[in-house]
Amino acid sequence: MVWETVIGLEVHVQLATKSKLFSGSSITFGAAPNTQANIFDLAMPGTLPVMNEAALRMAVKFGLAIDAEIGRKSVFDRKNYFYPDLPKGYQVSQLDFPTVGKGELEIALEDGSTKVVGITRAHIEEDAGKSLHEDFQGLTGIDLNRAGTPLLEIVSEPELANAKEAVAYLKKLHSIIRYLGISDGNMAQGSMRCDANVSVRKKGDTELGTRTEIKNINSFRFVEKAILHEAERQIDIIEDGGRIVQETRLYDADKNETRSMRSKEVANDYRYFPEPDLLPIVIDEAYIEAVRAELPELPNAKRERFVSQYELSEYDAGVIASSRQMADFFEEVVAICKDAKLSSNWVSVDLQAVLNKQDLEIENSPISAERLGGLIARIKDKTISSKIAKTVFEAMLESEQSADEIIASQGLKQVTDSGAIEKLVDEVIANNPEQVEQYRSGKEKVFAFFIGQAMKASRGKANPEQLNTLLKQKLKA
Amino acid sequence: MALEQSDVEKIAQLARLDVDANEAQEVTKRISSILELIDQMQDVNTKNVAPLAHPFDAIQRLRPDEVTETDQREYLQAIAPATQDGLYLVPKVIE
Amino acid sequence: MSDRTVAELSRSLAQGEISSVELTRDYLDRIAQHNTLYNAYITVTEDLALAQAAQADAVRAKGEAGPLTGIPIAHKDIFCMQDVLTTCGSKMLANFIAPYNATVVEKLNAAGAVTLGKTNMDEFAMGSSNENSFFGAVRNPWDTERVPGGSSGGSATAVAADLCAIATGTDTGGSIRQPAAFCGLTGFKPSYGRISRWGMIAYASSLDQAGPISKSAEDAALMMNAMAGPDHRDSTSVDMPAPDFTANLNDSLQGLRIGVVRQHLAEGLDANVESALQDALKVFEGLGATIKEIDLPNSHLSVSAYYVIAPAEASANLSRYDGVRFGYRCENPVNLEDMYKRSRSEGFGNEVKRRILVGTYALSAGYYDAYYIKAQQIRRLIKQDYIDAFKEVDVIIGPTTPNTAFKIGEKNDDPVTMYLEDIYTVSINLAGLPAISIPAGSSKSADGKSLPIGIQLVGSDFAEAKVLNIAHQFQQHTDWHQQRPEG
Repeated sequence: MVWETVIGLEVHVQLATKSKLFSGSSITFGAAPNTQANIFDLAMPGTLPVMNEAALRMAVKFGLAIDAEIGRKSVFDRKNYFYPDLPKGYQVSQLDFPTVGKGELEIALEDGSTKVVGITRAHIEEDAGKSLHEDFQGLTGIDLNRAGTPLLEIVSEPELANAKEAVAYLKKLHSIIRYLGISDGNMAQGSMRCDANVSVRKKGDTELGTRTEIKNINSFRFVEKAILHEAERQIDIIEDGGRIVQETRLYDADKNETRSMRSKEVANDYRYFPEPDLLPIVIDEAYIEAVRAELPELPNAKRERFVSQYELSEYDAGVIASSRQMADFFEEVVAICKDAKLSSNWVSVDLQAVLNKQDLEIENSPISAERLGGLIARIKDKTISSKIAKTVFEAMLESEQSADEIIASQGLKQVTDSGAIEKLVDEVIANNPEQVEQYRSGKEKVFAFFIGQAMKASRGKANPEQLNTLLKQKLKA
Repeated sequence: MALEQSDVEKIAQLARLDVDANEAQEVTKRISSILELIDQMQDVNTKNVAPLAHPFDAIQRLRPDEVTETDQREYLQAIAPATQDGLYLVPKVIE
Repeated sequence: MSDRTVAELSRSLAQGEISSVELTRDYLDRIAQHNTLYNAYITVTEDLALAQAAQADAVRAKGEAGPLTGIPIAHKDIFCMQDVLTTCGSKMLANFIAPYNATVVEKLNAAGAVTLGKTNMDEFAMGSSNENSFFGAVRNPWDTERVPGGSSGGSATAVAADLCAIATGTDTGGSIRQPAAFCGLTGFKPSYGRISRWGMIAYASSLDQAGPISKSAEDAALMMNAMAGPDHRDSTSVDMPAPDFTANLNDSLQGLRIGVVRQHLAEGLDANVESALQDALKVFEGLGATIKEIDLPNSHLSVSAYYVIAPAEASANLSRYDGVRFGYRCENPVNLEDMYKRSRSEGFGNEVKRRILVGTYALSAGYYDAYYIKAQQIRRLIKQDYIDAFKEVDVIIGPTTPNTAFKIGEKNDDPVTMYLEDIYTVSINLAGLPAISIPAGSSKSADGKSLPIGIQLVGSDFAEAKVLNIAHQFQQHTDWHQQRPEG
């Protein structure tokens, strides 16, 4: 039996406002418990919500970035349920009239093709607090610092066909929200959280299978693993003649499994109704146009511009443009060294490897765009070879010096004096008669041996092209 | 719409209220009489009438994104039933 | 002097006949003497009152006094007062020391008013008799066997028994106007949103509105000047500056078009109430007004719609009382569910629990459209009826209540009988209109007690000044508002 998986993602993004959605409390991460929970956040009797304009603007920005319909009238509703981290006993969300309606997101697939994924809606809502289950003599501690933090819940259509597509979708979303500056997208700190609706069906079926909702997936890697695991679990059940139960399941990253959340099984009836403490928000054309004017160049547009302006390959342009910070860094490097292809390689390969290793974001790169541009400029003007450049790069990681300073102090300047190179070549030929014989008798592979010997003698500084030409001439003679 | 005692038990659960067996019948009777009063609405045709949630159909005013609050934890927790290390304590929450 | 109006006291203070401290002591003495009987106050803030009075006298000495400077007032215990017990009439909040001030409290403090204390009320403002208070029933000064009305019953009794000069109240379905009518007082509910709800403990958010309970329309206007105005902390407060509500008090009523609701007269109104209404209409005609019968074809549905919308909103508003961050928590909960259920079941009284259950039912899956949406549709029909009516008339006049004050315990058996007390008042909350109840007659009870009758004047959206003007003119030509209970 061939099975296919159908996935829809619900992504909660914490909006990067200074204050909460409905109160003037700070949302700084990592504050001591309940020091950022004011009388409204604690649902003290008589307190009222007043909405943060920045949260609305950020939601509209996102809507425009995904070509979505913007709700001209958005209405907040109360979603009623009891939980100790939900102080009011209801969550304020948007049910029937979300700020962002239908939109779409283009994702890149592994085979290099692209796919457009539908976004059903994105609505503004408030976050809950945190329950801490560490030992308080068998009690649970409640921290309400996070309660009331503005969230944008972005709901995709069930159009993702496998775990890899789900990850690609999530990464694209991550890229866009960071481009827009509406969230830091930090999954480890919970500012981007993902719930996955997963179902399986026989290939070719048009009806969707019964789905489960997997919660608590807090990294790109776990999204892939959790979905793979859940799809397998469902297929096993069906193949064993069982039926899938529609339920909420929790992903346990340590055990790589999902398990049923019994506490959520009690049939819930959220009794949504329009929040009477908040009047409808009406958004006019002028507001939308003002927000549109603030939109930055988005990943797709940037990628296309990099292809046409810098003649990068689609792939390279895509990699660089996936992060606004990387793209900005790249353009700064190009401006200095005037070589886009080299810049793209150095930024997306060499520098990225260092960042990955040191677990750094590019905005905290140990080598600034200016220094990297200076290094590439010396490759471009042939002061150093690409190989020597790696040495300089390593040295730059260890110091604050510029490429020029390192090249000068370590004497790494490339030898381009043809007399000096000729002398090197002569010596190598004289010292290795056996290999010369081999080469001349047609064993051309030995050529690399001469290059190696000459480079070694020059301590890597000989200009490789000149060396190549001279060596070929002399060996032929 | 006639109300059964089981309906009352269901909504009491949603509202996290105890209705003990002794009162259940009385509560059901009283709520039924309230629903009877309410049900007078059902005789009116309201097709195509837009619901009115606020008397003036007004729109929302927003506030600028500013942090206006300072830490008042100690003061605010003075009136809490149970706290420890700055946290509100509740019986164990089972996930 | 404690029986005078705010306007009169303000003049006495200005002329130096009495100081605010003396006046405040006078009221505090009266409270000490009579509150045990009336049970009007839950908390008396004696130290605060004397400090505020001294401050008011100092302000006056500097020549900076306003009309409310040094006037002793009382707040319904629904308004949060920082560091003062704020109970909302409930066991749930019987230990709740509010950590902040309601906007109304802040504004009246700023106006120099002296706060004598917090008045008794039906629990969470749910009731029409003030019998639903954790702190016990309140007695009506006209007949202490009778209720003062509710839910602002403590405020009404406090004003009527001269235990304060004026008091704040809140009105979700009639909770200012009905007790004012039962106690022979002036009770004013402004348009929805005219006064900030910040710090006013919510019952039904789209209906709740604060207002004064006073001895005259002029006093209500003076109080409104201090209470009203937009508030950045309440985004549903009306976004326009409050006018001077005293400015139009003396406008002539010549040419005023008064509407009388045909449906009200047809319903077999209590004979005494009807004759008081007819007498009042004659007074207005004498002042140059014309009377016209109008229709409010959906007004008979207002109680039904109200008892869906208010409990629905309340069911969510009261979810925050969960025993976690403040208020009552049951003893020794065995688990989370037990804590929620016992804290709420022990902390709330029966009427509150009933309304939570009705509201929860109206919002629950399968019933939402038939109840909640239907009620909001009826609400629009009712609002539209008023809009149409105000094309023909300037003000609508009718009874405030179907009867005079009833005996304590008389209507406790069936909640529906009690709900029908609100029949003339709730539609005005659904439509968000300003309305005032003023004394316009009295009737004798079987045991010979004189009981006040109130009539209600309803204005169009934001026509508070007009409503106060009409009420004031009536009071300039009648003396019902000056009649005092014996004793």
